[in-house]
Formats: sequence, C-alpha cells, structure tokens
Amino acid sequence: MGSERKPIVKMDGLKVVFQTKLGSVTGVEDLSFSIFPGETVCLVGESGSGKSVSSLALMRLIEYDGGNIESGKVLFSSESMSDKDLIKENQNDMRNIRGNEIGMIFQEPMTALNPVFTISRQLTEGLRVHKGLSKDAAQKEALELLKKVRIPEPERRLNQFPHQLSGGMRQRIVIAMALACEPKLLIADEPTTALDVTIQAEILSLLNRLKKETGAAVLFITHDMSVVAQIADRVVVMYHGKKVEEGDVYKIFNNPEQDYTKKLLSSVPKLGAMVGKKFPEAMKLDISQDADPIPIKGTNEPLLEVRNLTTRFPVTGGILRKKVANLHAVEDVSFTLNKGQTFSLVGESGCGKTTVARSILRLEEAMSGQVLMNGVDVLKQSNAEMLKQRLNMQMVFQDPYGSLNPVMQLFDQVAEPLLNFKMAKGEDLNKRVANLFDRVRLPQSFLTRYPHELSGGQRQRVAIARAIALNPKLVILDEAVSALDVSVQASVLNLLLELQVELGLSYLFVSHDMAVVERVSHFIGVMYLGRMVEIGDRKAIFENPSHPYTKALMKAVPVADPKKRNKIDDLKFKPISSPIHPLEHIPDPSAYSEIKRGHFVLKNELGYS
Amino acid sequence: MFDYTVRRLLIAVPTLVIISLVIFLVLSLAPNDPMAQVPMTVPPEVKEKMREALGLGQPLYVQFWKWLVQFFWIEPQVFIDHYFGTQFAEGKLRVISWQTRAPVMDTVVERLPQTLWVVGMSYVVAIAISIPIGIYSAYKQYSVFDQAGTFITMVGYSIPPFFTGPLVIVIFAVNLEWFPSTYDTLHKVVDWDSFVIQMRQMVLPVMVLAIQGTAQISRYMRSAILDNLNQDYVRTARAKGLSESIVILVHVLRNSMIPVVTVIALNLPLIFGGAIITEQVFKVNGIGQQLILAIYANDLPTIQTLTFIFAFLIVGMNLIADVLYAILDPRIRYE
Repeated sequence: MGSERKPIVKMDGLKVVFQTKLGSVTGVEDLSFSIFPGETVCLVGESGSGKSVSSLALMRLIEYDGGNIESGKVLFSSESMSDKDLIKENQNDMRNIRGNEIGMIFQEPMTALNPVFTISRQLTEGLRVHKGLSKDAAQKEALELLKKVRIPEPERRLNQFPHQLSGGMRQRIVIAMALACEPKLLIADEPTTALDVTIQAEILSLLNRLKKETGAAVLFITHDMSVVAQIADRVVVMYHGKKVEEGDVYKIFNNPEQDYTKKLLSSVPKLGAMVGKKFPEAMKLDISQDADPIPIKGTNEPLLEVRNLTTRFPVTGGILRKKVANLHAVEDVSFTLNKGQTFSLVGESGCGKTTVARSILRLEEAMSGQVLMNGVDVLKQSNAEMLKQRLNMQMVFQDPYGSLNPVMQLFDQVAEPLLNFKMAKGEDLNKRVANLFDRVRLPQSFLTRYPHELSGGQRQRVAIARAIALNPKLVILDEAVSALDVSVQASVLNLLLELQVELGLSYLFVSHDMAVVERVSHFIGVMYLGRMVEIGDRKAIFENPSHPYTKALMKAVPVADPKKRNKIDDLKFKPISSPIHPLEHIPDPSAYSEIKRGHFVLKNELGYS
Repeated sequence: MFDYTVRRLLIAVPTLVIISLVIFLVLSLAPNDPMAQVPMTVPPEVKEKMREALGLGQPLYVQFWKWLVQFFWIEPQVFIDHYFGTQFAEGKLRVISWQTRAPVMDTVVERLPQTLWVVGMSYVVAIAISIPIGIYSAYKQYSVFDQAGTFITMVGYSIPPFFTGPLVIVIFAVNLEWFPSTYDTLHKVVDWDSFVIQMRQMVLPVMVLAIQGTAQISRYMRSAILDNLNQDYVRTARAKGLSESIVILVHVLRNSMIPVVTVIALNLPLIFGGAIITEQVFKVNGIGQQLILAIYANDLPTIQTLTFIFAFLIVGMNLIADVLYAILDPRIRYE
C-alpha cells in the first residue's frame, strides 16, 4: 500500500513569471498539489487563472512560451525514476520524459496537428524517438493505437491529412499520440472545449476507459464545472494564478468552502434548472439576492415567421470548376418567433443553425422560402428596402475578438449604426451612446478605449450595445455567450434577459449549449443535417424529447453533479451523413407529426435513429 | 492535383495573350520612328517603301495578328526544325529585328544562356544563404544575430543594384584586384583553369544580384517561421519529446516554406529586372543588355519580343509557384 500511495507528481510552491513590456507578470504563484497513480485530478478555473500555465510548467514547455519558472519543485516518480525534480532537469533530459512518461492533449484539435504531415507520420514520430522502433513496427503500433481510440476505418486514417478528418476524430488522433508510449501521466488541457456535446461525451468516456485500461493518472484542465463533475476524482480550483481550494470531487460540489468556488458553481447553467417554470427568467447570481427574478412572458403576436427556408451552397469541382453538387445547409425549415420572446435554434456544428440565422438577415442568399418580418417577406425586398429593414434586425456574433474593429474606439463602433441610419448626431449622438453603455453596464470611461483593452465579456457587451443601438425588434444571437467564461456568461445572459424585458426585444438564439438554451428560451427548434427535427416550447423539448437525435443530445449534456455520471461507455459511432447531394437530388419536404399541441417531430428519415 | 494544375495552365493562356496585346498597344503608342536611324540622304519615297516593307502601313490589329502568328506559330517551328532537322518553317517570315535585320529569336537564343547563368546562380546563392539566416534569426528573435541580420538586410534591400554594382567593382576589382570587373561572354570552359576563370568573372555580378535576393527572402523566411513557431502543432511536437532540430527543421520549416516558395518564385522576375541593369554594369551580353540596346534603337519587334519573354517568365514562375504550393500544402491539393 505504501508504495502505491506515492504520488506520480508532487508539485510544491510553483511560481511562473512572464516577462512582458510592462514588467514581469506572475502567471502562477505558490501552487502545490499531488497526483496519485490512477487518479484524475481536475484543475478548474476561468481564463487567466493559470491552469494551462501550470500544466505547461510541469512539462517544462512554458519556457518556449516566454514563461520562467522562478521557484518551486515538481517531483516526478515512475518505474525508472524516483522523486526527480523536473524543474532542475535540462531540456535534453526533459525530452525523454515528454511524450514518453508524460503525454499531453491540447484544446484545439484543429490546430494541434501539423497540417502538412500525414496522421501516420505524426503518430509514429514519438514511437520512433522514444521506443526506437523501425518504421514498419511504428506503423503497426500506430494502427493499434488508432484502434484503441476507436476511430472508424483506422487503416484509411493513417494516410490521411488532418484537414480531412472531423474535429472529434482529430482529437482522437491527438489522444492516440499522447498515449503512444504508454505514459504514466496524461495531461489533458481543455480537450473537449472545442467539441460538440455528443463528441464531448464520447471523448470523456474514452478518456475514462483508457485511464482504467492503462492505469495512467490524468491531469484534466477545464473551465467547465459540468465536465469536472463527470470525470474528476479530485479537484483543484484556481483563481488568478493561485490555488483557491482543493478536495475530493464530492466535497467540492456538495460542500464548497471558499466563496469563489461557490460563485463558480452557482453560475453554471444547470440542465433541468427551469423545470416547472413556464417562462424564462434571469439567473440568481448573488446568493443573498432576495427578490425572485421576474419571469419573461413576452406576447403571442408573431414577429418573425420563417416558412420553408432552404439554403444550399454550390460545390464546385473539375478543371472548369463547374457546379457538381449542392451542400444542403438548410432544408425546408419553418418556425415562428413571437414578439418579446426567444426562439432557440440548437444543434451541433454543421447542422445549419447559423446558416438559418444568416439567411434571415440575407447575409447568405436563401434559395427558396419566406422570411416574414411583421408580415413582409424579407427575401423579396429590394436592396433599398432591405437596408431599411435592417433597422429592425441586428445580430451579435460569437467571437467578441473578431467582431469588433481593433482600430476603432468603442464610441465610434457603437455610434456607427446610428450614423449610418442618420438617427442622431452631435450632442444627441454622444448622449445616446453613453446611454447605451449604461444599459449594458459598461463604465463611461470605456467610450474612448479600444477593443484590445477589454476582456471578452466586456467586448461582448459592446457588441450587444451596438446591436441594440437602433432599437431593433429582432436580435439574432449567434452563439453570443459560447466563448465566455461561466461567470461572465451568466452575467451577460442576465443582461440579455433584462434588455428583453425593458425593450421588448425578440431573440433568435443560436446555440449548442443545452443548459443555456433551457434558461433563455420560450420555444426551441432542434436542428440536424439542415432540417428542423423537433420543435416545440421549452417544456415540451426538455421534459419530453421525442426525436432520437434530441434524446441523444440531451443525454450527452454533462450534468454538474458528480453523483449523476453519464454512462455512455458503449460508444455508438454515428458519423453524420453528408449534406452534400448531387445536383439532381430533390429532397422530400419536411413532414412532421404533432405529438402534442405545438410540439412537432420530424418524420423524414435522416439516418439517425 | 491534376485538375488544379490543368486549371492553372488554362488560365495562363489568356493571361499571356492579354499581356502581349497590352505590350503591343503600349509600344505602338510610343512616339518613335524606326526610320530615324536611316541616313538623311535616303529619299522620302524610298523611306515610305521601307516603312511598308516593315508592315507599318497596315492597321494595328493586322500588325498584332502577324506578330502573334510569327511568335507563337512560326518561331516554335523554327525551333523544331533546328532540333529535328524538319522543314516546317521553310520560307516563312519570322520576327525580324529592325536594328540588325536578323531574326530576334536567334539573338535571344545566343544571349539567354549568359543571363540564365548569372541570374540563376545569383538566385541559388541568395536562397542558400537566406533560408538559414531567416530560420536562425526567427528562432533567436531579438538576439544580436537577429538585430544585425535585420539591419544588414534592410541595407541590402534598400540599395539598388546600379549602386552596389559600381561599388563592388571599385572595392573588389579596382582596389583589391581580386575579380575582373567585366564579364567575358566569349570565354569557353574547357578545363579546370578556364572553369576557375569563369567562376571568378561571375562572382561580382552574382554577388550584386544575390544581395538583393538574400535581403528579401530572408525577411520573408523569418516572418514565416515566426508565424509558425506560435502554432499549436509546434507545442504538440515538443510535447511528444521531439528534439528542437526536428521541431524546427521538419515541422516548422515545412509549413513555413509554403509562403516562402511563392515569394521565391514570384521574386525571380524582379531579379531579371535587376539583371538588366547589372548586365549593363558588368558588360554581360545577356538579354537584358539586348533589351537596352533595342530601346535605344527604337527596335519595336525586339522590344516587344523581349518584354513578352519576361512576361512569359513571370507567368511561368507564377504557375510553378502555384503547383509547388499545392505540393507543399495538402489542404490545397485536395480542394
């Protein structure tokens, strides 16, 4: 027993400092924790809390990113070494540990693989360096690894390039690479953050299974408390580079000691939190808050009616780049959004939800169908009429970093729509913009700042101010809170709900996050492969999901409760069938069966059952 | 990949035709008289007849069409005849220089090898020097080597060949007397000694042209490597425990070469432009010098043909760049 309880990693008083132009910045300070064999330790915290920095410091990779380990010890033990201080090793010796004793998985499967080399080459590299295998032996081993991470058609994958694989498959490749030399410790840095929920569930259960099979310890880094609940044995909560709290996963979730941990847990949108409530309402963020939030009723008057919307993109090929096929991005989608209410479009990447939103705003040209805004068909309007119509419809985009112009002051960015439509000028304009900043709870001193001086949540508030500047009737929120940290996400959601009540806004809410959708929606449409597979009010969709895809989606959502772990150990592979069809393909119109009043389920066969 | 290459080739054809038309129209606008060199004693009627004989009386589109036929149809036939002993071009009218009254292409074929030797060699030298410099200064960003490299390349970039040319002549030919100041095109390489002489006379023109190329390519190489060093896949490669030399020289370099190859191919025509001046400075009998002489003599067919050959090189290099790009980057290949 004694030898078994010896930790693989014992980190003690780690301090990492970055040299910047403005002087040195401390990334991590006085961090100590241990990882025991066969255990999963979760490092949790919001962006900037130093969780990635500490894992990179453990691998001694932080030096390549400009970090400097000022003090502390990282004692590493395995069969071949005992209590070796990794901080004192030189980079040459570290190379024998990296990839060999410690494997690492990164957040972005899209960029973590080298785009110009084949999968086989990238998988075999580590094997050949550490195990000294020949090319053929390494190839055979690589194939075994691909089977281990359960990639469909592993033989074919070996000769493919990363861009030919989906995000989920790439993440499996990255995991296979990290496992190649059977490491004693696996560091997973936000490995599921960039993935869809169903893929996330698969990857999490894969990691759980591999951990059991190989006996490796896992250091899992995430910002998502629900994921923590699903996978962790022990949790280390971090804030501003320091450890806030450490403990057993049950203790952290049931009995958090520190205020920060409590706040973190209360801002997690929980699936099922809205059961029994008829209308959406703001989240109670401050525990001491007395008054219950007011439910948002809205009206039953339709504002936006989408009828049989179809958008296809041409696929070109051959020497002359002729149109050879169509990508059916949106196929016969219909729904209605009432004034003052929220309709949510949910689905996974590539399901066409964003294309619906963009087609409504005519940012993409729809092929057929109607988009009625107050009874006027937007798709048939002339350019001049459309320009006026845009006064009524605004959009907030996902990426608050990309959607603001980096060289314009915030005042000018929010004032721009008002100037474009000649709604205000001079003193009036200044007042209105200042008013908008108050509305979205940004200090007036931000008026003259530039986007890079703001945090992600603040930028998204600017984007919201810009969207509501023209007093629109409809605001399309395209994954508007997905890129934000949970506590920031919660406050931005509350702001959106508050604005909805005050201004009578209607939201078309595009999201992949079921818990957020449950919080804000009156009605929900679930999309899959360009079709609306299920549509109904929130209660119907969440309490009685009826389409097999909706059910799978609900089941895959991680629950922020360590007692309710998802048991999707038997992985069913369901590669989404291609939305690309030959030119002559004429899809059937969507047919629905009404299982309850206002709750429709698609009857068409989409290859998902 | 095949589709891609064929598509690029097909686009190149109309591009070249349009370029030749533009060159032709611009030249026909030039206010010059090919009879200016003819002695004053020749009576005007005779000059008029000479004009007609040169085809100048005809409308522009006929002249353009004739040039097109001569260049794209008859000249290749001459080429084939020369190598296979066939008689396709027998008696057909070729592109004739007004200045020498000899076919333009004959002179081009005589002079092109000198240009290619000097330009080609300078480019090889430039690439061989600049790529390691670029890699090292990116890897050691803001180091003394990088700062010095940045300074030197800025200087090399900003000083044109017509200045560096005479400068290196003064230093290496006049003062130090290490290398000859002129290039003897009649020199034949037969044995080791004559090869050494050939090398020695190439040093100065190659050096002048290479300075410019090195400055440009090493700058691009440096920024391409810097872009890639921050990529996630580099961290992945290091996390696998690969050595720095493999991380940099295999993973990073392969990705960084994608934009640099384009720059290398697209800059080659610029080097040809520099070669026109450098050839004048070092008295190399290349096509650059031929172009200058033709411009002095208002020799429109020669100017037209040479300018078009340069355009052809530019388009050809573009094509090669596109294909290389596809070979290096699998994401383009399968598009």
